[in-house]
Amino acid sequence: MRSTSHFALCCTAASSLFIAAAGAQAETTITVATVNNGDMIRMQGLMGDFNAKHPDIKVNWVTLEENVLRQKVTTDIATKGGQYDVMTIGTYEVPIWGKQGWLVSLDDLPASWDVNDLLPPIRDGLTVDGKLYAAPFYGESSMTMYRADLMKKAGLKMPNAPTWEFIEKAARAMTNKSAGVYGICLRGKAGWGENMAFITAMSNSFGARWFDMKWNPQFDTPQWKETLATYLSLMHKYGPPGASSNGFNENLALFQQGKCGMWIDATVAASFVTDPKNSKVAKHVGFALAPHKEGIKKNGNWLWAWTLAIPAGTKQVAAAKTFIEWATSKDYLKLVASKEGWANVPPGTRTSLYKNPQYAKVPFARITLESIESADPTHPSVQEVPYVGVQFVAIPEFQGIATAVGQQFSAALAGTESADQALSASQSLTKREMTKAGYYK
Amino acid sequence: MATQHSRVTARWMISPSVVLLLGWMIVPLAMTIYFSFLNYNLLNPGPHNWIGLQNYYFFLTDPAFTTALWNTIVLVVGVLLITTVGGVALAVLLDQPMWGQGIVRILVIAPFFVMPTVSALVWKNMLMNPVNGLFGHLATALGLHPIDFLAHLPLFSIIVIVAWQWLPFATLILLTSMQSLDSEQIEAAEMDGASAVNRFIFVTLPHLARSIAVVILIQTIFLLSVFAEILVTTNGGPGNASTNITYLVYAQSLLQFDVGGGSAGGIVAVVLANIVAIFLMRMIGKNLEA
Amino acid sequence: MARRVTTSRKALVTVAAFAIGLIIFFPILWTFLTSFKTEGEAVASPPVFLAFHWTLENYAEVNQRSHYLLHFYNSVVISFGSTLIGLVIAIPAAWSMAFVPSRRTKDVLMWMLSTKMLPPVGVLIPIYLLFRNSGLLDTLTGLVVVLTLINLPIIVWMLYTYFKEIPGDILEAARMDGASLRNEILYVLTPMAVPGIASTLLLNVILAWNEAFWTLNLTAAKAAPLTAFIASYSSPEGLFYAKLSAASTMAIAPILVLGWFSQKQLVRGLTFGAVK
Repeated sequence: MRSTSHFALCCTAASSLFIAAAGAQAETTITVATVNNGDMIRMQGLMGDFNAKHPDIKVNWVTLEENVLRQKVTTDIATKGGQYDVMTIGTYEVPIWGKQGWLVSLDDLPASWDVNDLLPPIRDGLTVDGKLYAAPFYGESSMTMYRADLMKKAGLKMPNAPTWEFIEKAARAMTNKSAGVYGICLRGKAGWGENMAFITAMSNSFGARWFDMKWNPQFDTPQWKETLATYLSLMHKYGPPGASSNGFNENLALFQQGKCGMWIDATVAASFVTDPKNSKVAKHVGFALAPHKEGIKKNGNWLWAWTLAIPAGTKQVAAAKTFIEWATSKDYLKLVASKEGWANVPPGTRTSLYKNPQYAKVPFARITLESIESADPTHPSVQEVPYVGVQFVAIPEFQGIATAVGQQFSAALAGTESADQALSASQSLTKREMTKAGYYK
Repeated sequence: MATQHSRVTARWMISPSVVLLLGWMIVPLAMTIYFSFLNYNLLNPGPHNWIGLQNYYFFLTDPAFTTALWNTIVLVVGVLLITTVGGVALAVLLDQPMWGQGIVRILVIAPFFVMPTVSALVWKNMLMNPVNGLFGHLATALGLHPIDFLAHLPLFSIIVIVAWQWLPFATLILLTSMQSLDSEQIEAAEMDGASAVNRFIFVTLPHLARSIAVVILIQTIFLLSVFAEILVTTNGGPGNASTNITYLVYAQSLLQFDVGGGSAGGIVAVVLANIVAIFLMRMIGKNLEA
Repeated sequence: MARRVTTSRKALVTVAAFAIGLIIFFPILWTFLTSFKTEGEAVASPPVFLAFHWTLENYAEVNQRSHYLLHFYNSVVISFGSTLIGLVIAIPAAWSMAFVPSRRTKDVLMWMLSTKMLPPVGVLIPIYLLFRNSGLLDTLTGLVVVLTLINLPIIVWMLYTYFKEIPGDILEAARMDGASLRNEILYVLTPMAVPGIASTLLLNVILAWNEAFWTLNLTAAKAAPLTAFIASYSSPEGLFYAKLSAASTMAIAPILVLGWFSQKQLVRGLTFGAVK
């Protein structure tokens, strides 16, 4: 066993590690906080390229699970703890933090970095008052992934833009519980970035919205009722057991094992489910846009990007910018392509990537781009809204509120509460928190 | 026996511990009390207004609060019950003459060494997950429907996980205590014709009383602030079904970044913990009087 | 008269005890086995127990992805450092409580224990601010300080209950012989208390090793111990059971092995004065 030998080696090895660290004082060390998603882990494996180009910069990684990471970087930046030089944050944080003056503007990245190449919806989401505050590492929307083999067996054909009615029909046809195949897998784990990202985006496709123009929560509207009823009925009839604790990762694992007929989730999942090394169904995956309700011109897809940003107050701004420039450059995309193939390139950030004929051969490239371009953070719903954000509301209070609402919806999915109970509890708790935060003067 | 001089020395020797702990208690506590009266959200910098008792009002009237209070009690009492009853049973069993006692002890003690985060991850993913978990496979093999533990029995699942971690601790203390039981006492009872059950009730249990008291006291201290297990497995849900007070305070201060509200919740939790502490000390402290 | 034990009864007890022991140990065994499977085998249905292709690839990948040795080193420094400092502070306190008790001794002891009941989440922000101001964020020093304070009450209490069982007459005799207080503690009390001190040390090393709230929240890259190492494997994308198992095994193995080898010492003092 490895760890026992480590145990014996510990003292010598660990102390030599420290001597090495101390000996390298002359170089600049930056600390990068990031999530443990596949693309970031791949980047850590490719650091040899960065080290070769910038031998004077040493990068320390702090890789954490998303929720832990968010909690730690938020605490740190809000208290000006200064523990990190580069933070991986999402499109939810960037506008709020940028407005607070907590981030260093990236407008002075060199021209070769080519800011105009960024996809417009992504760039807009990272710009506050005309200044770019974060560089996108990868961008994503959501889409429908399905098992083409099972669809064929069921005698159905997935349209490019399916309706919820069709999804229901297909889920019914593909479900074969005795064989361990569930027609549809959707997020159920409570969290604003988990089930609420999906359900909020889904609600947009039913014409619902979080708040009216006076910031009154809208969970008592028929649109929300219909959203939740559709979600629950799909999952109760055709979903896997334990769905209320399934997030992105759990569903990905299920889909890769061939246990899901359809899965509506992040576009980045496409490269994982088509990877024959880890996915049993790699050859049989088809892609379509996220579903919409008949007659409503919004698909239930979101818009998200994981971005790299520099907290104001770090002493290593120059080194941090060098690192961000490398990690989000066109060359980085080429580097990944040369080592791991085009399908594994971090997607959804640059127009040039989608113009690249080699990338166009990747089966999910077109749908990903189409999904990203169809998302509109400033007009998420067909109704008027006072906020920005597709699957979130870019106000500081949203994380807490949406996580609590997510708990209610998760309880409804687990069957411990009815849909009506969950909606009315969500309505009152949101009203409470908004009152507390002083939105109604 | 103690002279005036040694009393002074004694006070002097105890002071580092007392001063340090006093500092560790008072400084954060004072800051927390101060924050609890402010409108202080980490994400909204700028002046933090004095808002009086509003944070307390919102925390105490939160419908989740009563649920969390109840869950905390159920969790603590549930784990205590399982670990003390199970611990006594295991101690009695392991105290019998047998082969390979050392190996069994190694097996039983092991969960105590496992990090709470790791044990929660293992139970959640590898045992309780209805699709890929072992319990699910077991149920399917027996022709049953797999139970989705974390969704349908969330609090129970957490009690099981936490009890698994603390059972070894209880067993060890109780076993040590069993081994110190005078075997002549048992034999005398045996001679008098006392049945095995009666011997257990009238000789063994009273002997174990002090150890049981210790087990309850120490475990309560740790169980009141069970947190990692909930965070990793259920996130307090579904709904609020597995939210305890500690988790509720966490949700306020680190999910909503509402330092004011979280501080008020923290103070409420401290008050509640102290009520429990006073009860415990009264009931059990007496038992510990040497 | 020794009690007679029939062989069949002994066999029955042995079987029962092993069955229960294995059930309790099973989750750990399962994690250990899974760490040698491929990701596919880890979620195979029906599950495989031993008949899989044993592989070290998970360990290799975890090692490549994380600085295991750095986290391990930090865990060792934090857990042993905080316990040793705690012992140095607590031994005099426990001595004076045990041998020069006053009316308030018990109240002080109970008060110390009650400080452990404060929910840590409630005071994270204040502590974070204090740490930031004193430059202790992400330092081993900072974590050693916090964990010393957290475990101090338990250390004082364990030592106190252990010291109390040492007959005061012996100390009295040493004093008569002209031993100074320092010598009394160093040469008379400490040797007699070695089992108690050893077991206190072990228990607190275990508690400190497994402490996951402060160690995770007050560190970033440099001082992060194994609890942070685990947090990077807790739910990554895709199949992760085997890698999670490997990381878990690496995180708990050192303390498990330490605990097993020293369980006699651990148990001997782990009575909190409850055993006379």
